[in-house]
Amino acid sequence: MHSSTLLIVLLGLMAFAYHFGRKRAISTAGGVARISTLHSLPAYYGLYAALWAGIPALLLMGLWIGFQNEILISIVKSELPPAILDGMSSGQIGLVVNDIKNLASGAIVSGAVTPEMQAAADRYTQLDHIARWAMWLAVLALAVGGMAYAWAKTKPTMRARNRVETIFMVILVIFSSIAILTTLGIILSVLFESLRFFQSVSPLDFFFGTLWSPQTALRADQVGASGAFGAVPLFTGTLMVSAIAMLVAVPIGLMSAIYLSEYAPRNVRAYAKPTLEVLAGVPTVVYGFFAALTVAPVIRELGMSMGLNVASESALAAGLVMGIMIIPFVSSLSEDVINAVPQAMRDGSYALGATQSETIRRVIIPAALPGIVGGILLAVSRAIGETMIVVMAAGLAANMTANPLDSVTTVTVQIVTLLTGDQEFDSPKTMAAFALGLTLFVVTLTLNVIALQIVRKYREQYE
Amino acid sequence: MSTTVDEMSRRTGAMSSAELAGERESRATVGDVTVANPRMVCRGVDVWYGAKQAIKGVSLDIGKNEVVSMIGPSGCGKSTFLRCLNRMNDTIDGCRVTGSIQLDGRDIYDKGLDPVPLRAQVGMVFQKPNPFPKSIYENVAYGPRIHGLTNNKAELDELVSASLQKAGLWNEVKDRLDQPGTGLSGGQQQRLCIARTIAVSPEVILMDEPCSALDPIATAIIEELIDELRANYSIAIVTHSMQQAARVSQRTAYFHLGDLIEVGETNQIFTNPKHRLTEDYITGRFG
Ligand SMILES: Nc1ncnc2c1ncn2[C@@H]1O[C@H](COP(=O)(O)OP(=O)(O)O)[C@@H](O)[C@H]1O
Ligand SMILES: [Mg+2]
Repeated sequence: MHSSTLLIVLLGLMAFAYHFGRKRAISTAGGVARISTLHSLPAYYGLYAALWAGIPALLLMGLWIGFQNEILISIVKSELPPAILDGMSSGQIGLVVNDIKNLASGAIVSGAVTPEMQAAADRYTQLDHIARWAMWLAVLALAVGGMAYAWAKTKPTMRARNRVETIFMVILVIFSSIAILTTLGIILSVLFESLRFFQSVSPLDFFFGTLWSPQTALRADQVGASGAFGAVPLFTGTLMVSAIAMLVAVPIGLMSAIYLSEYAPRNVRAYAKPTLEVLAGVPTVVYGFFAALTVAPVIRELGMSMGLNVASESALAAGLVMGIMIIPFVSSLSEDVINAVPQAMRDGSYALGATQSETIRRVIIPAALPGIVGGILLAVSRAIGETMIVVMAAGLAANMTANPLDSVTTVTVQIVTLLTGDQEFDSPKTMAAFALGLTLFVVTLTLNVIALQIVRKYREQYE
Repeated sequence: MSTTVDEMSRRTGAMSSAELAGERESRATVGDVTVANPRMVCRGVDVWYGAKQAIKGVSLDIGKNEVVSMIGPSGCGKSTFLRCLNRMNDTIDGCRVTGSIQLDGRDIYDKGLDPVPLRAQVGMVFQKPNPFPKSIYENVAYGPRIHGLTNNKAELDELVSASLQKAGLWNEVKDRLDQPGTGLSGGQQQRLCIARTIAVSPEVILMDEPCSALDPIATAIIEELIDELRANYSIAIVTHSMQQAARVSQRTAYFHLGDLIEVGETNQIFTNPKHRLTEDYITGRFG
C-alpha cells in the first residue's frame, strides 16, 4: 500500500467529485433546461466539489508523510529499555536509531544486533504498518468528508464561481509563502549561527582584525592553533578581485552595448547578441579552470619576462576572468537602459546637427547614466558573490596586499574552505563561515536594493 | 522554389508601381508650387520606405520669410516630406529619397554634402516636446557647443538668453536656467525646443505638428511665436488643425496619399479650393 497509490486514488476521487458536483448542481437547479437559474456554470460546482475533496486530503497527506517518521521514532525510543541509551551523546543515539531503522528495513547494521534492538525494530515495523493504514483511512475520510460538504453546500444560489476563485487565491498564497518562508528560514539560520559565532569571537576582531588564520584546536591538547578571525584581508581580497573584474567588464560591456544598440546593423546584431549571451551561459567552473590553467600561467610568464614576481595564483588572473564572465551581464543591462532612452532624444540631437557619437556622448549616455550605474552595481554584487573562479584561481593565502600580482583570498573562497572536509559543527571555525556569509549577504543585498531602486527611478523618468 | 517567389514578388512590385504611375498622372498638383524668392526648392521628390512609396513626385518651394503649412489626412506623408528637408530620413533604415531638393541653390542630397551641418541650417521641432534631460541652459547651449559657435562663456550666455528671448521663454525661466528642462510645462518645453533650434541660427525651421500635444493657451502662444519668427526664418509647419494653418501660414499645401494635391495662398485654399479632394478635406467631408 504505497502512498503514491493513495495519491492516484485521491485524484480519482477528485474526478468523481467533479462529475457529481456538476450533476448535483444541475439537478438542484431542476434539470438541464433550468441551468440559467444557477449562479455559476455547472462546471464551477464540479470544480468546487473536486477542490474540497482534494485539497484538505492532500494537505493532510503531506503533513502525515512529513511527520510520521519523527513520531514513530520517538515512540520507539521512549519504549527502549533506558539502559541502552544511558550516557550516550546525541550522535550516538542517532546511530542507534539508524540501526533500528536499518534492521526494520532489512539493511546492513553497523554493530551487533542485540535482542532489545531487534524488539525495537519489530515494534517500528509494526507501528509503521499501522500508521500507513491510518493515513489511508484518515485521508480518504477527509476526501469523502470534503466531498459531502461540497455536496451539501451545492444549491443554485451558491456562488461557486467566486468560491473557486477564492480557493485558487488561497492555493497561490500558500505556494508563494513557501518561497518566502524558505528564504526567511535561510536568513534566520545564517543570522543565528553568526550570533553564536560572535559570542566566541568579538565582532570588532572579526570586522577590523587583519589576521585571518581560522585553524582552531580540534583537541584541547593541540598547540599553536588558537585561530584568528580578522576578516579584513578577505574583504580587501574580495574588493581587489571585484575591482579588477569591473575594470574589465565595465568598459568592454558598455562599449559593446553602445555599439550593439546604436551602430550595429540589424544583421550584425542578430549574430553578435546571441554570441555575447553565450558567454553568460558558460558554467563558472569552466571559467575557473580557464583562469587557473590558461590565464594565470600566461600572466605569470608575462610578469617574469618583465622581471616581476607573479604568484601562480594571482588576483589579476581571477579578476580578469571574472570580468570576462560579467561582460554579458553589464552589456545586456546597459543595452536595455540605452534602448529605453526615447528615440525622440536622438532625433532632437540629430536635428540640431549633432553627429552620432556626439549624440551618444552628450545625450544618450548622460540620460542613461543612472540606469547604467544601477546595472554596474548589480554586476558588482555578482562579482562579490562569485565563488568558483576565485576558488580555482585566486588562492587561499589571506594576504593583505594592494599588489594584483600577489595571491589573495576572498570571502567566498574562505567560506568554501571553512566548510569543506570533516567539520565539527559548533567550532568557531565552522561558524565563521556563517558570519562571512551573513556579511556577504548584507553587502550584496544592499547593492541590489540600491541598484534596483536606481534602475526603477530611471525607467519611471521615461514612462 | 525561392526563385519563383522572388520573381512573383518582383512582378507584383512592377505592377503596383505601374499603377502608382498611372495614379500620379491623375493627381498632378493644382496651383503654383513656385514662389518669387525661394529658400528651398523641391522638385519631383519621391520617398520610399523599403518597397512602399510614401511620397510621389512632390514639387514645392518654400519662400524666404514665409510660413508654409502642410495639411492632409494622417498617413498621407506630411511628416515624411518634412523630414526630407533636413535629411532626417537618413536616420531611418530602408528609407530612400530621390528627386532634387535645394537650399539656397545647393542640392542638399548632393553626394559631397554632409547632412550633419545641414541639420543646423534646417532646424526641426517635433510633435512631442523633446527637451534633453539636462538643465534649461544646457538644452539651449547644446547646439552652439557642438558647432563651436561661441568663443567664451559670456558669448554663450548671451546666445542662450537671446535664443530664449526669441522663443518667448526668457521671462519665465530666467531665474531658473539651471533647472531641468524636463520640469517645464508642455508648452514651455516646446518653446524650449524652439529656442534650442534657434540657437544654432538656422535658415529654415521645420515643425511637425508642434502644438498637437499642447493645450489651447500654450498653442496660442506658440502660434504667435511662429508669426514673429517669420521675420527671420522660413518655416514649414505640418498641422492637423486647419484653423492653425489658416492663422499662421501664408501658403498651404494639401497632401493626399503621398501626392501633393494642391498648393496656394492660404486664403484661397480655405475659401476657394480648386481640387475636389482639397475641398472635401477642408469642408470636413473627408479626413
Ligand atoms: N519609419 C517608417 N517606416 C515605414 N513606413 C513609414 C515610416 N514612417 C512613415 N511611414 C509610412 O509612410 C506613410 C506616411 O507617413 P507619415 O509621413 O508619418 O504621415 P503623416 O505625417 O502625414 O501622418 C504612412 O503610410 C506611414 O505608414
Ligand atoms: Mg506625422
